[in-house]
Amino acid sequence: MKSSLKLALGLASAITASTAVSNVAHAEDLTLCWAAWDPANALVELSKDFTKETGIGMKFEFVPWTNYADRFLNELNSHGKLCDLIIGDSQWIGGSAENGHYVKLNDFFDKEKISMDDFVPATVVGYSEWPKNTPNYWALPAMGDVVGWTYRKDWFSKPELQKEFKEKYGWDLGPPTTFDQLKQIAEFFQKREIDGKTVYGASIYTERGSEGITMGAMDVLYSFGFQYENPKKPYEMEGFVNSEKSVKGLEFYKALYDCCTPPGASNSYMGEGVDAFKSGQVAMHMNFAFTWPGLQKDENVGGDKIGYFVNPKGPDGEQFAQLGGQGISVVSYSDKQESALKYIKWFANKDVQAKWWSLGGYSCLNAVVKDPAFPASQPYAQTFLDSMAIVKDFWAEPSYAPLLQASQKRFHDYVVAGQGSAKDALDGLVKDWTQVFQDDGKM
Amino acid sequence: MLNRTAENVARATPEPLARKVRGISDKGLAWLFISPTILLLLAINIFPLFWAIYLSFTNFRANRPNEVVKNLGFANYQRILGDQDIWIAMQTTAHFVFWTILLQTLIGFTLAWLIDRKFRGHAFWTTIILVPMMLSPAVVGNFWRFLYEPQIGLFAYAISFVTRIPPTDIQMLSNVSLAPWSIIIVDTWMWTPYVMLICLAGLRSIPEYIYEAAEVDRASNWRQFWSITLPMALPFIMLAVLFRGIENFKMFDMVNLLTGGGPGSTTEVASITLKRQAFESWRTGYSSAFAIILFVAVFGLANIYVKALNKVKQR
Repeated sequence: MKSSLKLALGLASAITASTAVSNVAHAEDLTLCWAAWDPANALVELSKDFTKETGIGMKFEFVPWTNYADRFLNELNSHGKLCDLIIGDSQWIGGSAENGHYVKLNDFFDKEKISMDDFVPATVVGYSEWPKNTPNYWALPAMGDVVGWTYRKDWFSKPELQKEFKEKYGWDLGPPTTFDQLKQIAEFFQKREIDGKTVYGASIYTERGSEGITMGAMDVLYSFGFQYENPKKPYEMEGFVNSEKSVKGLEFYKALYDCCTPPGASNSYMGEGVDAFKSGQVAMHMNFAFTWPGLQKDENVGGDKIGYFVNPKGPDGEQFAQLGGQGISVVSYSDKQESALKYIKWFANKDVQAKWWSLGGYSCLNAVVKDPAFPASQPYAQTFLDSMAIVKDFWAEPSYAPLLQASQKRFHDYVVAGQGSAKDALDGLVKDWTQVFQDDGKM
Repeated sequence: MLNRTAENVARATPEPLARKVRGISDKGLAWLFISPTILLLLAINIFPLFWAIYLSFTNFRANRPNEVVKNLGFANYQRILGDQDIWIAMQTTAHFVFWTILLQTLIGFTLAWLIDRKFRGHAFWTTIILVPMMLSPAVVGNFWRFLYEPQIGLFAYAISFVTRIPPTDIQMLSNVSLAPWSIIIVDTWMWTPYVMLICLAGLRSIPEYIYEAAEVDRASNWRQFWSITLPMALPFIMLAVLFRGIENFKMFDMVNLLTGGGPGSTTEVASITLKRQAFESWRTGYSSAFAIILFVAVFGLANIYVKALNKVKQR
């Protein structure tokens, strides 16, 4: 009896002790929240080095893009403690800074000698600063991203197609440098038989539910002369959002959708675009640069068959591209802010950033992207660099969500459903955005 | 026997507990039993309802908990009732509810009438017909999205086979005119069996002797249908219409999965608009007002309908 009691006591103590030990071991585990996509897998791999160096374990909470904003904005709004670190979308920065969701990093950067001058300027403005263009930092640029294009190099180099194209349009078939050229190429490939299969011109963003069509349309509108507001008078949108140039840009986007996209592509975003390109349906494909490493490795369309080009120029020679990507922030509701800051410090390190790029993440550190070996490091590296030099981003105001919903509706109604004119859509957008800013007391 | 069991239970009850229970009246005991349910209802139904009513008069936004909440009076209600987009969403909802109910009632009743003939293998066919209703809406939505796919979807190929229109031109989810019908078709496919079941219960409740008496009076089949079958099954049909009406008025899942409200806003029913305002634009006060308006509309219409149903039953 005594021995069995001792045995039981011994077992109980062992279990208690092991639980306590394991609790101690996991007490400093950090949870990093991000979207579920290829770069997230690369980050898991990269973060193993952080655990090795510091002994701090890393847990990850990845949510598919379609629910990413809903899930994590809910988490932040409810002051949840799930995420210690968050890689939040660039448009969240205003709301997250003003609502106190993110820890301000200025003092930390000063103390650790992390300089924002060491990062690509567009990413600092886009991912870290609020208010924009002021030295108030809420995130470290983590994942550079931008909308660009891929094309089927193997189709473009077919001699019979090159000959036919030259006869029809009078210039050599190759990556387009203007949107007019892009449309001509898309028209040329639309419903063409290649290798016994009907193919289509281009895959573009048309998604209605989250942000798809806005990202796609803006990517074109910027180069046509669209501006969010009067540069001299903030929030004055009349004549800028709905300028003649903007109208032309939106008409162009609709014409491209009508003439040259695959059948049924009325709700297409990143995933659908990748599917259309990988399955050999389209000659050109608009998408964020994060999709390029995966496409490059693809057996059917990657390798020598794929090429990349920067967003083309508009009618007046202006050239911009829609910024994507995110910065990494420390959540102010986390109990492990010290460890989270350690992670940020580690992540800002040059060697870590170089490894981040080699694993498939897009580093924003100048030392990595300005390295002479960088352009040749991947077939898409130069296109990424060129694209990052011409970025513009959507509103990053605290009210970015209703602003985005308004543009989603106005653009989809016109481009996909064909309701009204481009002018109506943009006039309506000015009305909607004005209402949002009036509600916010900014107008 | 029952008394003896009760006595045994009473004897087995520990004395302290028995003493406590003896002090409770029948009414008290009844309250004791229903109070957990009432508390639960208060917590998860009544309180949120009153909270939503309160929020509907404010500018509260769930994504800005630190902001001062201002009382706006009826401003949210005025804005909603004057918003053209809201009225378009209501029209889209009405179109969807009308056509789904009409089709489901017609097809459901016809199927019930056929199944009620009790032909050979009718039990097997009843089970087969019920299958769509047993599936999860998420599965149905995704699976029909593939069927409607213009390049690989079976639906487009089947229509193409009959009409000779190329399948890639049959863009059910992308075409402004076809998209509302694509949702109506799926909802009808999924929920007609439900209407059929209710109608079948109605048909089976009609006593056989009424038909025998009609036979004796040499009433034709057509006459029997109009004078016996339809009037006696009518309360059941109306009940099915009520259930489907309420259900489809708040339709969200199927529309969200199939079209997401698009193309444009062609299939944006009221619940999709509400979700966008509440959880994407974070206009909590505004969306609470919209939810209250929808609630009052459904509640009012359902009440009028139930009164009509009671009248039919009394006839």
